[in-house]
Amino acid sequence: MATDQLAVRTTLAPSLPRSAAPNGGISPTSERPWVKWTLIAIAVAFLAGTLLLPLVTVFLQAFLKGPGVVWDALTDPDGVAAIKLTLLVAVIAVPANLIFGVCAAWAIAKFEFWGKAFLITLIDLPFSVSPVISGMIYVILFGSSSLLYPWLQSVNLQITFAVPGIVLATIFVTFPFVARELIPLMEDQGTGDEEAAISLGANGLQTFWYVTLPNIRWGLLYGVLLCNARAMGEFGAVSVISGHIRGVTNTMPLHIEILYDSYNFAGAFAMASLLALLALVTLVLKTFLEFRFGDELAATRRH
Amino acid sequence: MALTADRGWQFVKPSVIPGFGITFGLALTYLTLIVLIPLGGLALSSASLGAAQFWALASDPRTVDALWTSFGSSFIAACINIVFGLIVAWVLVRYEFPGRRLLDAAVDLPFALPTAVAGIALSALYAPKGWIGEPLSHLGIKVAYTPSGIVVALIFIGLPFIVRTVQPVLEEFEQETEEAAATLGANRLQTITMVILPRLLPAILTGFALAFARAVGEYGSVIFIASNIPYKSEIAPLLIIIRLQEFNQPAAAAVGMVMLILAFAMLLVINLLQAWSRRRFSGN
Repeated sequence: MATDQLAVRTTLAPSLPRSAAPNGGISPTSERPWVKWTLIAIAVAFLAGTLLLPLVTVFLQAFLKGPGVVWDALTDPDGVAAIKLTLLVAVIAVPANLIFGVCAAWAIAKFEFWGKAFLITLIDLPFSVSPVISGMIYVILFGSSSLLYPWLQSVNLQITFAVPGIVLATIFVTFPFVARELIPLMEDQGTGDEEAAISLGANGLQTFWYVTLPNIRWGLLYGVLLCNARAMGEFGAVSVISGHIRGVTNTMPLHIEILYDSYNFAGAFAMASLLALLALVTLVLKTFLEFRFGDELAATRRH
Repeated sequence: MALTADRGWQFVKPSVIPGFGITFGLALTYLTLIVLIPLGGLALSSASLGAAQFWALASDPRTVDALWTSFGSSFIAACINIVFGLIVAWVLVRYEFPGRRLLDAAVDLPFALPTAVAGIALSALYAPKGWIGEPLSHLGIKVAYTPSGIVVALIFIGLPFIVRTVQPVLEEFEQETEEAAATLGANRLQTITMVILPRLLPAILTGFALAFARAVGEYGSVIFIASNIPYKSEIAPLLIIIRLQEFNQPAAAAVGMVMLILAFAMLLVINLLQAWSRRRFSGN
């Protein structure tokens, strides 16, 4: 059937004279070439101007005064401390959200329970809260005017203007990344594979490890990738709670702000180029995952 | 089936798959500790102000101007992004040209690039001596350190939301619909504006809502390019930070609460609009 139709089409098409089309050979479902190329030119110019130019600027400004300046900025003790702190925060925040994301996705995708849609809405909530508010809520909760403050003092635990606060604020803003990537993916995959494994005698952990995890590994990596990029680059939330103590509570983005505000532009852009490099690596890996394992990633994504 | 029906109301449907208790319990505990209690704390601390004081703080002229700046520039930026986002999505889906894949991947750059990096890059570009700022200054246009700088930063932040919500809908659009329109005598422009665009409207509204919501709360990319002058180019998130630095926590909480309420109200309106447009234009 299908091949017959195809054959008819291919034999018919050449016999139609090109001028038979009412508008001079252009198919009725495509645009005239000049319209097409104008639109392409607008899109390319817009993307080049708004996205690529800022990216190029970062690297150019960093290396404008030679690689030595970049090296000095990155090996400066405060700079090294900022890089270390950023890595430390990501090392805590990303695995925490990874464990949460897998647990939440398992409960939501493999079971039917009451209030599921509401739970998904709550998980997405941090995306609709301004980063500055995300930082502020922890200042209100643990800061000097909170009810918990005397108790925190008595056990000698400093949360605001210290590393724990920075970690908490980062966890908050990166909270949904892994979960929202895994939930639609695992819902699509259904429960058939897991039920088969259980009926063959596997226990829960074995089922997860040998059956579910291989099915979701690329989606999981995709979520972790985006989570990590945001965790290392978060500015607003961390800015509220860090207290900006040089060499102690400054992450890389905060260090960029300090360098920039003290007119050390080369230093600021040197640090920024490191983060821009991270963004580029993230984008390349993300594009590769979408290209190579597109079917194994969730169909709907916005972040 | 009969068995489950006999048991009456159940929180969770029985399943042979184990682990609901522990995963659900862990997820809910974590959610409560990280998200619900801290957000509840904000609501509680603004509620403890009392209505009169809350209103006094929320209607303070500086607060109102900051909210106006944030919501106004976010609205303008999202509108500009609709126009260019639609063109970009259309070009990426419908045309084949060298470099298309690269452009497609580049659209996600604002998601991956830290906001502080975007902020200093945009500010260097649009400064009076920058690559874009210098030609513009000859035309008498100033962008950096003015309110229009805020819009430039928010365009950068919001673009992928529009492109990434419109793109999949455009990809799934059936050619037959356009052929039918052409057969019935519509020219290409009519087909696009009267057949294709209405079908894209729900996706456009979703993208608009996401870009707008993100822009309202944006801080990092804006503060470097805006001059941050109170009553003129001060955004609401910055005012929160300033109030916190003044140890005026009630005022900060009030601004934050108003932002949350306004943002949710606008999202509600857009959701209703979206539901309406879906009923009106896409027929499902």
